[in-house]
Amino acid sequence: MKQFIAFVKKEFYHVLRDKRTLLILFGMPVAQILIFGFALTNEVKNAKIVIVDQAKDISSQKIISEIAASHYFQIENTIPDPKQIASAFQKGTIHLAIIFPASFNDDLMHLHKAQIQIIADASDPNTATTLTNYASAIIGDYQSGLNAKISVPMQIIPEIRMLYNPQLKGAPNFVPGVMALVLLLVCVLMTAISIVKEKETGTMEILLVSPFKPMLVIIAKAVPYLFLSLINVMSILLLSVYVLHVPVKGSVLLLLAESTLFIITCLTLGIFISIKTNTQQVAMLVSLMGMLLPTVLFSGFMFPIENMPVPLQIISNIVPSKWFYIIVKSIMIKGVGFSVIWKETVILVGITLFLFFLSIKSFKIRMA
Amino acid sequence: MAEVVIKTEKLTKRFGNFTAVDEITFEVFKGEILGFLGANGAGKTTAMRMLIGLSTPTSGKASVAGFDVYHQTENIKKNIGYMSQRFSLYEDLTVMENIRFYGGIYGLTNAEIKAKSEQLIFELSLEKQAKELVASLPLGWKQKLSFSVALLHEPKIVFLDEPTGGVDPLTRRQFWELIYAASDKGITIFVTTHYMDEAEYCNRISIMVDGKIKAMDSPENLKKQFDVNSMDEVFYQLARGATRAE
Repeated sequence: MKQFIAFVKKEFYHVLRDKRTLLILFGMPVAQILIFGFALTNEVKNAKIVIVDQAKDISSQKIISEIAASHYFQIENTIPDPKQIASAFQKGTIHLAIIFPASFNDDLMHLHKAQIQIIADASDPNTATTLTNYASAIIGDYQSGLNAKISVPMQIIPEIRMLYNPQLKGAPNFVPGVMALVLLLVCVLMTAISIVKEKETGTMEILLVSPFKPMLVIIAKAVPYLFLSLINVMSILLLSVYVLHVPVKGSVLLLLAESTLFIITCLTLGIFISIKTNTQQVAMLVSLMGMLLPTVLFSGFMFPIENMPVPLQIISNIVPSKWFYIIVKSIMIKGVGFSVIWKETVILVGITLFLFFLSIKSFKIRMA
Repeated sequence: MAEVVIKTEKLTKRFGNFTAVDEITFEVFKGEILGFLGANGAGKTTAMRMLIGLSTPTSGKASVAGFDVYHQTENIKKNIGYMSQRFSLYEDLTVMENIRFYGGIYGLTNAEIKAKSEQLIFELSLEKQAKELVASLPLGWKQKLSFSVALLHEPKIVFLDEPTGGVDPLTRRQFWELIYAASDKGITIFVTTHYMDEAEYCNRISIMVDGKIKAMDSPENLKKQFDVNSMDEVFYQLARGATRAE
């Protein structure tokens, strides 16, 4: 028994002295509770919407003020012409548009029946359903309020239209997310481990002594993953189109080009991690904890970013997969062209260049 | 007078307050086998890294194969070979694939690689293993192969970092046969080792203690100088006063 206790004691020393394990043992549960409690919620608050009030009469104004008062919605704009909302949806700046026809009040008063059109961005079907339900509820309340005072009931019928994904399939939402995740995993994790492995086994030294330029050594390591990742992208797209029946509405070429950009971003990130870490274990930990987890949480495909506390929203801006997710969703599900997503593309390019120069600088420092 | 292939003058490397290599000055002549000895932590590896272009010196001068270590490391790298104990070759590649890879990165043409690989395999009697993964070779074979690959591009100087660690004395002897053969061809060998019997095989020895070179001469002269019978004793006399240990 005494020997057993001696052993257990030794194991305690191991665990308590390994700071990394302690971080995971105690830090992670705390972080998870906080994150899941505050940041990750499927509830939608302050969703940006646009109102097209063609009626501008007393009824429409009343309903609009109810909507404005609701903490579910945040009215971005009230515009006169429904044709303008198309580009707002394409850019992804609004989730919902409510359109009052010109004859709204007249219809209510004389026909006892009026329609309100609700258009939702269904590329995220969960948010779309939630928002249209909220809107319908508010309209329903107003309707009940009206009918309480009169004898002949009035009906306000919300006509709901789900943009981009009328069947409210889940696939359009998660295919872009899965793409981002898979590319991140393969490119960051595998590249980092591959380069660090050379450091660990000592083969890196030999390569550095050869006349081959060191940065080229590292880039050569990344090239196979570039090709493998492109194959991955194509297989995901093929599966998505033919098995899940989620077509690519926009230009496939543009999608592949943007994917290549994102792949390069991830490879650069992997390279940077490999320069900063010395063992495969640490490289794996950093890649998984540091990259995979934020991607899942902050890219916006599982939990809407707008609902997170502001500091976390700011953090999500430096997660490259967030921008890629927007780009892929826009091209695949909304079918938009480069003119809409140029901003996100530029940001990705910027992140890549930043990581690249940081890597070169770190590499040179190690050499000296 | 033999041609000088390595020349250093007060070569120094400091890491913050710590001086790893302290103003070492020496010359190495073409075709000689120089044993670079020292206790762990004495600064041998740091000194060698500066000579092979992996580390920039803090101060002092050095030239390798006629090229300056500060500004001409690319040229140095083209003219030297390197082999370390830690790494032989890529275990998950075959013998031939390793040879082709290193030939490629040193800029040899396909024809040159073909000719040299055939010669190499013949000399080491590795015909049967040419298409096998390096992982399947015994350690002694890996080391011999690794040394030969380091010479593939016919460098002027070859740096060996404890090349014979972990093998039996017979295999070590065979390895040194290869070193002698290379030296006969005019290749300069710069080798670090802990094995004092190997020190006897060298033309000259230098011994580093606490970052400085405390002795540099042929094994016979050193033994006479310290009035002892073996290099073991010479080393002990010099190294026991060291204040640094790894």
